[in-house]
Amino acid sequence: MSEPLPLHLGAAPFGASPSFVELLRTERPDALPPGSGDGPPFPVPHGTTVLGLKFADGIVMAGDRRATSGNIIADPKMRKVFAADGLSAIAIAGVAGQAIEMVKLFQLELEHYEKITGDRLSLEGKANRLAQMIRSNFPLAMQGLIVVPLFGGYDERRAEGRIFYYDATGGRWEENDYQTTGSGGQPAKNSLKKRWKPGLDRDAALRVAAEALIDAADDDSATGGPDAVRGLWPIMVSVTSDGAADVPEADVIAAVDAVLAERRDAS
Amino acid sequence: MSFMPYVAPEQLMKDRSDYAHKGIARGRSVIGLEYAEGLLFLAENASATLHKISEVYDKIAFAGVGKYSEFEELRIAGIRLADLRGYQYGREDVKARDLANAYSQALSTIFTQQMKPYEIELLVGEVDGEDDGTSIYHILFDGSVSDEDQYVAMGGHAEELTDALRDRYQAGWDLATAVRTAVQLLATVPETREVPAEQLEAGVLDRTSTQRRTFRRLPKDEVSSYLG
Repeated sequence: MSEPLPLHLGAAPFGASPSFVELLRTERPDALPPGSGDGPPFPVPHGTTVLGLKFADGIVMAGDRRATSGNIIADPKMRKVFAADGLSAIAIAGVAGQAIEMVKLFQLELEHYEKITGDRLSLEGKANRLAQMIRSNFPLAMQGLIVVPLFGGYDERRAEGRIFYYDATGGRWEENDYQTTGSGGQPAKNSLKKRWKPGLDRDAALRVAAEALIDAADDDSATGGPDAVRGLWPIMVSVTSDGAADVPEADVIAAVDAVLAERRDAS
Repeated sequence: MSFMPYVAPEQLMKDRSDYAHKGIARGRSVIGLEYAEGLLFLAENASATLHKISEVYDKIAFAGVGKYSEFEELRIAGIRLADLRGYQYGREDVKARDLANAYSQALSTIFTQQMKPYEIELLVGEVDGEDDGTSIYHILFDGSVSDEDQYVAMGGHAEELTDALRDRYQAGWDLATAVRTAVQLLATVPETREVPAEQLEAGVLDRTSTQRRTFRRLPKDEVSSYLG
């Protein structure tokens, strides 16, 4: 139990910093996800395959549901794709506990900025901020606790969807069409290479995303395929000028079914 | 060593209080009231970008009158407090009452210990989606805090507006009626005049919202459509 929070006035030297992470670092460093120290001497759950792709109205991000810990399936129903704010989404692969906490902190970072300044960060600004957060995780990444996200959103100034990918050092690159990450990233990317086309409509985009995840699950033991028995479907988030929203499960199931039906017919 | 003449504490407090009152009385007023779907804050504000009304948290909103720099400082401190608490504990653990207490403590300290009191008054409003309850806390420059029921006015002509609200207010107004009536009342002080929609700032905490963040700033055209 920590003491009640004091209401600090005029703590900032000049102008209030709109960053929540900085605020947390100065006010409650103990609540921050650990930034240095020894790596865990035990296996920890890893999230596996996520992808992001552009389509005519914006972007879609999708992820399978499996988390593994060594050869064990740690969680068959983990969520790895999240809306980051009203106009962007983040998908994570890597050490699950660390990654989920980073997502939570990133979401708050965007919301805090918006409330303090009264403006939403530009998409470029959000992508840069995420790179800095990954960079501050670097000491842990060196010990094997790696978090690699995909980030994407709708850029209001350019009126188009954009996708960014990162490496464990906080390196940031923009992708023009699609990108994947995680253990099943390579097979998923191979699938997208064949199936993705510029200017896909929404249904086609969902189907391409579903197919890439199914291909990843075929080739990568750490990626979970759709599971109709337990009702475990990939999680997808779409971001368009209308906002970021979870793709309804019915639409995801329809996309998965279409892919599976095509394969049944072909065999 | 400098020599401080004796001033009776009563006199000291009275002087400070008069000073703060004068500062607040120069500014325009803010009305906060409960309507059928939530809580409305309405302010007369000549600036479209320097806000008097703001979101603080999922179900909590803020309004300030008086000196902009002073209530803006408290607005930011409040958002920081709320976001930190929500991250450390849970989002539902962030309560307007805690925020009102923190503001009250801060303003009380400033009033008694600093050279000059803050020339501001604040409102902290909260809607509760579960039991249809709303709370409005009204915090004065000296840190005194009151829990208001259904409606409140603060700023330059708070007393006249509160009296008028007492006569006019009816529970269960829809948003349009609430906005229209609040604007009609604002337009009666200090003298009867026209208040154009461009000079109004309005925000609601919408209890029926499906979003986690229930605060919504009403755009100018929506406000003018209610004024009819």
